[in-house]
Parts: sequence; structure tokens; C-alpha cells
Amino acid sequence: MEHGGSRLSGSELTLRYEQRTIAEGLTVAIPDQSFTVVVGPNACGKSTLLRALSRTLRPAAGSVLLDGRDITGIPAKQVARTLGLLPQSSVAPEGITVCELVARGRYPHQGLLRQWSPEDERVVEESMAATGVAELADRMVDELSGGQRQRVWIAMALAQETPLLLLDEPTTYLDIAHQIEILDLCARLHEEQGRTLVAVLHDLNHAARYATHLIAMRDGRVVAAGAPKDIVTAELVQEVFRLPCRVIEDPETGTPLVVPAARQRAVATARA
Amino acid sequence: MSVIRFAGGRSIRYRPRALLVGAGCILLALAVGVLSIGSGDYPMSPSDVLSTLLGNGSPAEDFIVNELRLPRLVTALLVGAALALAGALFQTLVRNPLGSPDILGFTQGASVGALLVVVTGGSSLALACGAVVGGIVTGAAIYALAWRNGVHGHRLVMVGIGAAAILTGINGYLLTKAQLMDAARAVLWLTGSLDGRGWQDALPLLIAMAVIAPVVLLGCGRALQMIEMGDEAAGALGIRVERLRLVLLAAAVLLASLAAAAAGPVSFVALTAPQLAKRLTRAPGPNLLPSMCTGAALLVTADWAAQQLFTGHQLPVGVLTGVLGGGYLIWLLATERRAGRI
Repeated sequence: MEHGGSRLSGSELTLRYEQRTIAEGLTVAIPDQSFTVVVGPNACGKSTLLRALSRTLRPAAGSVLLDGRDITGIPAKQVARTLGLLPQSSVAPEGITVCELVARGRYPHQGLLRQWSPEDERVVEESMAATGVAELADRMVDELSGGQRQRVWIAMALAQETPLLLLDEPTTYLDIAHQIEILDLCARLHEEQGRTLVAVLHDLNHAARYATHLIAMRDGRVVAAGAPKDIVTAELVQEVFRLPCRVIEDPETGTPLVVPAARQRAVATARA
Repeated sequence: MSVIRFAGGRSIRYRPRALLVGAGCILLALAVGVLSIGSGDYPMSPSDVLSTLLGNGSPAEDFIVNELRLPRLVTALLVGAALALAGALFQTLVRNPLGSPDILGFTQGASVGALLVVVTGGSSLALACGAVVGGIVTGAAIYALAWRNGVHGHRLVMVGIGAAAILTGINGYLLTKAQLMDAARAVLWLTGSLDGRGWQDALPLLIAMAVIAPVVLLGCGRALQMIEMGDEAAGALGIRVERLRLVLLAAAVLLASLAAAAAGPVSFVALTAPQLAKRLTRAPGPNLLPSMCTGAALLVTADWAAQQLFTGHQLPVGVLTGVLGGGYLIWLLATERRAGRI
């Protein structure tokens, strides 16, 4: 890739659920210190790729490399100190408080006789402060709103203190204001803490605005990868999403903004 | 949460409330145990019981307390704790408060093993072995049937409930095949009873608990908490989910089978004790240790009550746990519904 280092990459991956093959020969590299966003239509394999990168799904062929080593060969707890994952659906245990849930992110750093160090205490507090949930610390997670809950889960992932953090559709089920809130939070974590973030997002415009590196996928392969301003064009959107559109400059940020074509024009384009 | 820190950066974190609940349940179990030892055809005062337990009784009292009644109490404590631990494990692993060995078919499997022995006229020892083998075989079969790229909670529940229904049918068939005397013995066993339990009944369970409980509590307890949040979240925290689940399911099946071997399939303790413990500790998580203490207290108290309820006629403890547990289940359903959780 055009960037320097890449601590996390997948090479020649074949990803399969039972008999259904999602991707074959898939090769990706996550540039260090990037905010990488993976986009693509439904069922293009973007979440599956994230599952493979986080070693939740074992590739049928090929390998995921973390710091140059095959990730399946590294002890699980050691991986968990380098690579964090915010899954799409996590269950908050009944009756757990925010602070207790965030504290669970410290698990990979703890042991039977090292259950709670001053370091754990400090990191949990910092994580809650960074995500703006410190004042909710003693509230029950069940009582929170969707946006607050998602910030708590992100705080838990932060408490894991991993230089790499994968987020699987962190904005799904949130309203637009909370989506932006979560993405702003991710951008801040990326800029201020220097973490490498990889997120799967549905909204192409959010991706183009927040990503420093964009990976566009279709049918289990990478169609294009690079900085959004370099790769997001009407042709790419047509190829990846089969959506006729115009790409203009986002008046707020100057990043590419995808505007879907009006219905008549779409029909005309399809006929042409 | 409180923390104790030791030299060398070591630390242990615990919940004072959970410890209190555990200690309270153990005290209750022991107090009721003393009452229970003192009651029966040869009544003794609690102080006489205690002094006999300490070795200061007459030879007759020594025999009654230490050979006849103490083994029953110890069996009750162990069966209660083992069932509760198995229940807490199942409920956490399948993420369902109804996940317990008597609903998921493991207990019924143990019963099939035991009834096969009864029908063929086997000894008590053979019956206990039959129960253990039946439970383990059922556990392996349910795990294999539910396995599909790993065992997921809801599939295990479905397969388990199906297996429970089939095995109940088989048990009914075996009962019709048995001689009248054997059938009577089988039905008593199926109810779950601690009557006449001796040291030979308590010993296998004691050994199993001494091995399994520390492995589960110390070795897997913290990892099990993470599984509560979902397989992916637990995996991301560095837990080998499928391996942990296999180990803990095996432990739970063994505990439930050995408990059934010692006292028959005493119903509802495995289901109720962990939920009761959770409400007492008000703590999230599997609450393994408080559950064990609650289970022990529950079974000892139920056994004592079953002996007292009708003078001159001893009720098998399983009848009482069934009635109490069923009532509790209805109450639980009502409160959960009011809280909008189901």
C-alpha cells in the first residue's frame, strides 16, 4: 500500500461460513495510525473481513498477520492486549453498572492474583472520561439510551488499551445526532490517542468524511483503497453500490460528498 | 467492589455483599443442619448435637449422629452446592435463566441410566454409577447434536429441551417394564430423596466437588463473566470461548450427574439457587460461590422441612423442592414481566 507500516494485514484470505464462501484471495493492509473505514453494499463481506482480522473467524485459507506473525499462533490474551474489537451485538449483563462494564475491558491485563491494580483503576477512569460517560459511572447500563450505551461499550474497548481497535458498525441503530457523536468520538480517539481504528460503516458519506483510509468492497474483494478524496468518484460508487450519483465537495469539510441521482436521471443513465 | 492488595503487585477484588450472602447461607445451612440432626425418632437438643459432633457424646449418640444423621446432612450440603453450581454454569453458558440441568435433559439422562439399573435389579452402587454414566452420555450427545461451528446458547436450549422430552418418555417406558417393587424404588429415587444416605453416598460427590469446584471457581470464574457479554466480546478480550464452554459444560454435567447419583434428580435447586443468589447479592455475573452456598442452604432447609411437615411420615425432599421451585418460577415470571424483561 501507499502508506508506511502496517501492523495488521490479511493476505490471500478465503473466508467461509460452513459452505458459503464470502471472499477468496482477499488481501488488505491496515495502515498504522490510520482511521480506516470499510464500506460496501450489504453482504459484500466487510463485517466478515473484520471478524477475520479480529480472529473471531478463522480463515479457511490465507492468514491474518499481526506484527508480522500469524494471528492464530499468538496466545489469545496477548492478541487481546494489542487488538480490540467492538462487536456489533454485545449483551450487557443484567444489573451491571457502567463502571463495572468498562472495567471488564481490563481482563487481558489481569490475572487470578492480579485482579485490580492502580493502573486498572486509572485506565478505567480515563476511558470513561474520554468517552464522556464518567458521570454515568454508577448508573445501570440497562437504563441508558442507545447512544450512551454505545459510548460505554467504546469505553470498555478503550480500557483494553490496545493500539489497534476494530469497530463493527458502531453507528447502527443510532439516530443521526448520535451517529455523528460516535464518529466524532472515534476521530478524536484516533487523533489524540494515536490509535489505529478500523470501522465498518454503512453510510458512505460518513466514511468519506471521517476516514483517513477507505476500503471499498464488493462481492468479497477490494475494489479500491486509499484516501477518500483520491478514490471516491461517481464511477467508484456506481461500481461498488450500483448507484448513479454525483460526487461534490462537502461544504463543511471539503471531503467527497455522494449525492444520489434523482429518480428520472437514474432511469436515463440506466437506459443510456 | 473492594480490593485487597498484597506485596508484589498482587490484588484480589471481591464484593463484600456477595461474601456476606455466602457466609449467611452457610451459617443458615449449618444451623438448620444441627436442628435436623437433632430431630427424628431419637430427638436431641442442639447443644447435645454439637457436643456429640465434637466427640463428647455417649456411644449411642455418637452412632446416631455421626453414622446415621451426619452423612445425610453432608450429602444434602454437597448435593445442594453441586446442583447450584451446575445450574449457575448452565444459566451463564446458555445466557438463559431457564438453563438448568433438569430442563436441558441432563438430569433426565441420569435418570435413564439409573432406571436401567433398577429394571435389571442392580444394587445401589450400580444405580449411582448408572446415573453418572447416563448423565455423561446425555451431555455428550446433546453437545454433539447442538454443535455447529461451536455450541450457541439457544441451540443448546432447544436440543436440551427436546432431549429432556424424549428421555422422560424413555423413563416412563422403563417404569412400566419394572417389577412392582423395583418400580416403587425407582419412583422414590426419581422424586429425589436424602433418606438413609450414608458416607458411601457422600464420598464420591465430596471428592468431585473438591476437584471440580476450585478448577471452575478459580480457573474459569473470571473468564465466565466475560462470556456473559457474548461470544465475540469475550473472544475480543482474549478468551478461547469454545474451549472454555466445553470445559465448563463438562464440569456442570459431571456435577449434576453426581448429585443425581447421590440423591436422585432433586428438582428445581439448580434452577432456583443461582437466581436466588443473584437477587441476594444484587451482582451481575454468574455468582458461582454465592450460588453454591445458597444451594446448600436451600436443600438442607428443604430436607429439614420435609421431615417436619407431616409428623410420622417423611416426605422425600424432592417433593418439597418441586413445590417450592415451581412456585418460585411463577413468581419469577411475574416479576420479570412486570419489569418488562420478558
